[in-house]
Amino acid sequence: MTSQNTISRTSDLSGQEYQYGFVTDIETDLAPKGLNEDIVRLISSKKREPEWMLEWRLKAYRYWVELNESESEPEWANVKYPKIDYQDIYYYAAPKSVTEAPKSLDDVDPEMLATFEKLGIPLQERAKLAGIAVDAVFDSVSVATTFEKQLGELGIIFCSFSEAVRNHPDLVKKYLGSVVPYTDNFFASLNAAVFSDGSFAYIPPGVRCPIELMTYFRINTADTGQFERTLIIADKGAYVSYLEGCTAPFRKTHQLHAAVVELIALDDSQIKYSTIQNWFPGTPEGEGGVFNFVTKRGRADKNAKISWTQVETGSAITWKYPSVILKGDNSVGEFFSVALTNNYQQADTGTKMIHIGKNTKSTIVAKGISAGHGNNTYRGQVLIMPSAENAVNHTQCDSLLIGDKCGAHTVPYIEVRNPTARLEHEASTSKVSDDQLFYLRARGLSEEEAHHMIITGWSREVFQELPFEFALEASQLLKISLEGAVG
Amino acid sequence: MLEIQNLRVSVLDIDDSEILKGIDLKVNNGEVHAIMGPNGSGKSTLANVLMGRPDYVITEGDILYDGKSIVALLPEHRAHLGMFLAFQYPAEIPGVRPWQFLKAALDARADARGEEKMSVRDFSKLFDEKVEAVGINPQLVKRSLNEGFSGGEKKRHEMLQLEVLKPELAILDETDSGLDVDALRIVAEGVNSMRSPDRSFIIVTHYQRLLNYIKPDVVHILIDGRIVKTGGPELALKVEKDGYKPYTSVGATA
Ligand SMILES: Nc1ncnc2c1ncn2[C@@H]1O[C@H](COP(=O)(O)OP(=O)(O)OP(=O)(O)O)[C@@H](O)[C@H]1O
Ligand SMILES: [Mg+2]
Repeated sequence: MTSQNTISRTSDLSGQEYQYGFVTDIETDLAPKGLNEDIVRLISSKKREPEWMLEWRLKAYRYWVELNESESEPEWANVKYPKIDYQDIYYYAAPKSVTEAPKSLDDVDPEMLATFEKLGIPLQERAKLAGIAVDAVFDSVSVATTFEKQLGELGIIFCSFSEAVRNHPDLVKKYLGSVVPYTDNFFASLNAAVFSDGSFAYIPPGVRCPIELMTYFRINTADTGQFERTLIIADKGAYVSYLEGCTAPFRKTHQLHAAVVELIALDDSQIKYSTIQNWFPGTPEGEGGVFNFVTKRGRADKNAKISWTQVETGSAITWKYPSVILKGDNSVGEFFSVALTNNYQQADTGTKMIHIGKNTKSTIVAKGISAGHGNNTYRGQVLIMPSAENAVNHTQCDSLLIGDKCGAHTVPYIEVRNPTARLEHEASTSKVSDDQLFYLRARGLSEEEAHHMIITGWSREVFQELPFEFALEASQLLKISLEGAVG
Repeated sequence: MLEIQNLRVSVLDIDDSEILKGIDLKVNNGEVHAIMGPNGSGKSTLANVLMGRPDYVITEGDILYDGKSIVALLPEHRAHLGMFLAFQYPAEIPGVRPWQFLKAALDARADARGEEKMSVRDFSKLFDEKVEAVGINPQLVKRSLNEGFSGGEKKRHEMLQLEVLKPELAILDETDSGLDVDALRIVAEGVNSMRSPDRSFIIVTHYQRLLNYIKPDVVHILIDGRIVKTGGPELALKVEKDGYKPYTSVGATA
């Protein structure tokens, strides 16, 4: 029971704080450390990819090499971290028993299933009870997909990215890189070159996906970079709600996570994308933790709507700006975010709303909670193009400070090129007041419970956008993440 | 039930800030005590110190609850013992629903006492009943705790909590201030219906009016951090007529 031992060691080091710090003992199929064309080819061949996919990866790789040589790793974000040695990372790790591709859950390594169990991933029965289709990404390979059949009857495709490349090449070819091209930014290029796996969903015209689609990501192997790629397409008039949860085990070294998510909402469709990000944040002293550099973007066509909701409590560093290109007339973009930083965590997160179509409307509600030495930056861009007649944006940025060693920063950037636009911006900074705490404690809540209630209440506007069970989990996560910060 | 012995209290971290200058007070089971006194005399400070507010230090004296000193207890532990403070200025807490808050308060106390928690269904029923009893607009309690509540609505909401939590010792800090006649009657009816041999009340008020509805056993006059006079209900009438002047001079010469 090595993993049991690991659990107790983990809790010695970090106390209650990171619940998911255990390592599963599964043989891993590792490519050698470092990045070069051969590794890109290896990843592609491991996944039995067609030639066009390899070509695309190689183009991205060569582009990234140029960026790397010209030192174009972005530095504008308000985060500090030691220089990443891209040659000191494993770019491919597949759990061994999965290279023989399990046909069903029965074929999956029981230890792996036990790991999912510990993570609380509602696979199998629990998934069914919860009405969730789970596509679990364990390190790099998609392990199990439930509900495929039920969804299949509606023409919904929900599978791992690799499977989509093999089985639905037309859809992938048409949309891959259409919203986040491989030239988009340093991390997006890196991802395009070495992306390991991820999820793919397609909802046919007029279909309302009857269940929440869910992917659980988890980084397992030490020094593994995880580079998932997710592509979701809602065809005309379709609706889908997609949930993404992330955890990573406790490690003293840093791990790199550079994901790309592309959403395509065709005319009259709606995509709701919710994330709970709980990657390992590092020890309370600031050792280890995940570097989370993510590019997420969606395109909304005529009358379409894209909503991003995120609760970000994990990672040593979060660099993430889920964005919407409001291309079609009357399209709607929404961004609801709670980002929490405690101890030595740093978050630079926000959104971009790019208004192109007429009567487009965007809403931004960004809430940052800083505790300990945490540093939280909201970075947002609202861009109203000349074609966007009567565009409307409402932005609300709220910061909550706990203690006096943490920081909150807001960097809103607004560019209006059409005079008919209407924009509103509200911002607030608050502290949990002694009056509030005493009021709750006088009614019998402990200091920690009181803090938790105040913070959850403060985050309500965002939490209520989450599916119910996720909202409960999010609230629990805030509680765990704040342990030690209060009292 | 409650015994305050020579209690001296200052503001934490402020020199020469003594507010309570030696308070002695004994509240027996089932008694209702009224405390009156001019603005700034220390009534709220006393109420808050009884409940354990961390902003104050006790420099001398003791507070006994059922014979045991509680000065070292945290506010939440005092609540678990059965103490309750209806606040003069209840705090506003955005995003927290009154329902959720009150259920959490009940659960925390049940947990601490090792009692079974009230089921959600029973609680909902009780809550709705009491919302009606204290005359709060049901729409109001769907909003955030005290946020955007009018002065009177806040006070009614304090009464709602009192009636659901049914504490053994209830301290009401000017719960009658800013109330219309109807609300005043609701407060009085609430207190009267809860009066029992094993429940005591300390009612801080500026108005004799309330005491027409709630007959106190004892009335205290608190001036400049001291109880300068203790008597029966007639004392409140006297204050109403003559003001605090007579007692100020008593306090000064004593
Ligand atoms: N935390 C504090 N810091 C500084 N001064 C305080 C604090 N608490 C109370 N005081 C002071 O102590 C005195 C008594 O205040 P308290 O609120 O107890 O009066 P009160 O009798 O309740 O008055 P009112 O009738 O106006 O409610 C006042 O002068 C007040 O300013
Ligand atoms: Mg007062």
